[in-house]
Amino acid sequence: MSSAETTPNSEAKPGKLLTFRTSAWLGWMIESNWTDPFIFAIYSIIRPISTAAILIVMYLVIRGGDFGSADFVNLYIGNAFFILVGAAIQGVSFGILDDREHYRTLKYIYIAPVRVPVYLFGRSVASILVACFSVLITLGFGIIFLKMPIALAEVKWGLFAAAFVLGMAVMICLGLMLGSWTLIIKNNAWSLGESLGAGLLIFSGAVFPLSVLPVPLQWVGSALPISYWLTLIRRALVPGIGRAYPMYTNLSDQQLILILLGFTLVYAALAALIYKRFDFIARERGNIDMVSNY
Amino acid sequence: MALQTKVTRNSGARLFLQSVIGRSYPRVIGTQRDLSWLFFDIFLPFLTMVGYVYIYRALKAPEEYIGFVVLGSAMTAYWINILWSMSSQLYWEKETGNLALYVMSPTPLMAILFGMASGGLFSTTIRALVILVVGNLLFQVSYTITSFWALFLVFVLTMVALYGMGMMLSSLFLLFNREAWHSANLLQAPVMLFSGFYFPVSAFNFWVAAAASIVPLTLGMDAIRQLVFPSTALLGFLSVKLELIILAILSVLFLAAAFLTLRRMERLAIKHGKITDRLD
Repeated sequence: MSSAETTPNSEAKPGKLLTFRTSAWLGWMIESNWTDPFIFAIYSIIRPISTAAILIVMYLVIRGGDFGSADFVNLYIGNAFFILVGAAIQGVSFGILDDREHYRTLKYIYIAPVRVPVYLFGRSVASILVACFSVLITLGFGIIFLKMPIALAEVKWGLFAAAFVLGMAVMICLGLMLGSWTLIIKNNAWSLGESLGAGLLIFSGAVFPLSVLPVPLQWVGSALPISYWLTLIRRALVPGIGRAYPMYTNLSDQQLILILLGFTLVYAALAALIYKRFDFIARERGNIDMVSNY
Repeated sequence: MALQTKVTRNSGARLFLQSVIGRSYPRVIGTQRDLSWLFFDIFLPFLTMVGYVYIYRALKAPEEYIGFVVLGSAMTAYWINILWSMSSQLYWEKETGNLALYVMSPTPLMAILFGMASGGLFSTTIRALVILVVGNLLFQVSYTITSFWALFLVFVLTMVALYGMGMMLSSLFLLFNREAWHSANLLQAPVMLFSGFYFPVSAFNFWVAAAASIVPLTLGMDAIRQLVFPSTALLGFLSVKLELIILAILSVLFLAAAFLTLRRMERLAIKHGKITDRLD
């Protein structure tokens, strides 16, 4: 760690790591300190379980209670991990909106000697941490109460770790792309992250295979990294059942990892370009210290 | 002087009505002046609906269930409006400094809430209608309305009870301060689950469905489904007649509760001097 990162009074610009760490800590405080830990835990449990339960009941009324079937397990895991997509997308846009509209501190972040994209990355990490908690709870609920056949001994941990890290990286890039747009939106921006996240559910193959969609929509799904990521996660968590899911069956795990890596690089470049563009427009229009009161 | 505008000072019922119109005005006119809602409030929720439709398609569900999703998605607009533009509204007004102005003005706060409700109901109905029409066109949902008047009555009573509930919650949420946002967020998904937005509420056991009926949308949607999808009437939770009676009772209860909680909140806020607090 450089001295600039360890000495608070140093006149040097703080390093990226310090900016990231501080903004992640700030994000976590904002996410969690509005209530006591007990209520926060309940809050973190109820929301993901309710969303998963909607799917459980939909499955139940149509197919009955066969929760060990490959169809249900794939649907359930896809839905559980899709929580992270929404969190990554929402994290950045909420960070911008919170700082600009609510706390009115975005302008101070801009004039402080920090790199704003790194700060935004940090803010989104807090949201992803809370989402990770939700994913664990959702999976735990499935294993304990629905007797879903997820055995820790059978999990391909190496594949899972690689897929998870790449997936999160690409999701944060996606979040930065959409979040950058928030810099110039005045109205309805609060719902942008959540709505777009929910909209992406269609193209992700999270709760149904892409083959169910009309062909043009399948192309959209294939142009997004989420479907590849979720396929890898399924194959890592429940190898037998995950392989049976009718998506990318002709691709090996290694090929899927390479595709995800390619997406990560492309999305990182795109996120940098898009952020730069929207950042310029926002500065030009004077949107950085705008309070829309919307 | 020619430039002076004559100011009429209303009071009583006229002031009440004037306040209702005044507070509903931005919600009605806003839909025409800023069309970004077409994208954020219709297109994006529409994608969510499409997602649920394809889940049923993947599960090879009967076509009526596609209709349930389209109907449920249209009704979602009302629930979202209740949570974010009714329940949380007084809290936002406090944050932006408007609440103190409302309290200082001679208008009753109840008129402000009625204005919020009527304006929100108008704009949300447009959103719900667009979602319903486009969803029907896209997924070829067919309805058979067994009684138009019963359907109309169910809808009206559901909305009166629901917006009454929203008015009551707006006072309660005001006491939550910073928890208001999280409370609205917390209520969103569980109510969509237990009120059966995407499946018949009879999928739950009787007591769960009965408890869920405290949210007027539960019985409202159940009755509407029975009236427009007669082939699935057996999936109904209670008879339409009984649901109408319960909705009428809920309407009265929620409006009365809204009046009482608002009065109590106003007293508390004035007593503790917290109306103008902006609690970050």
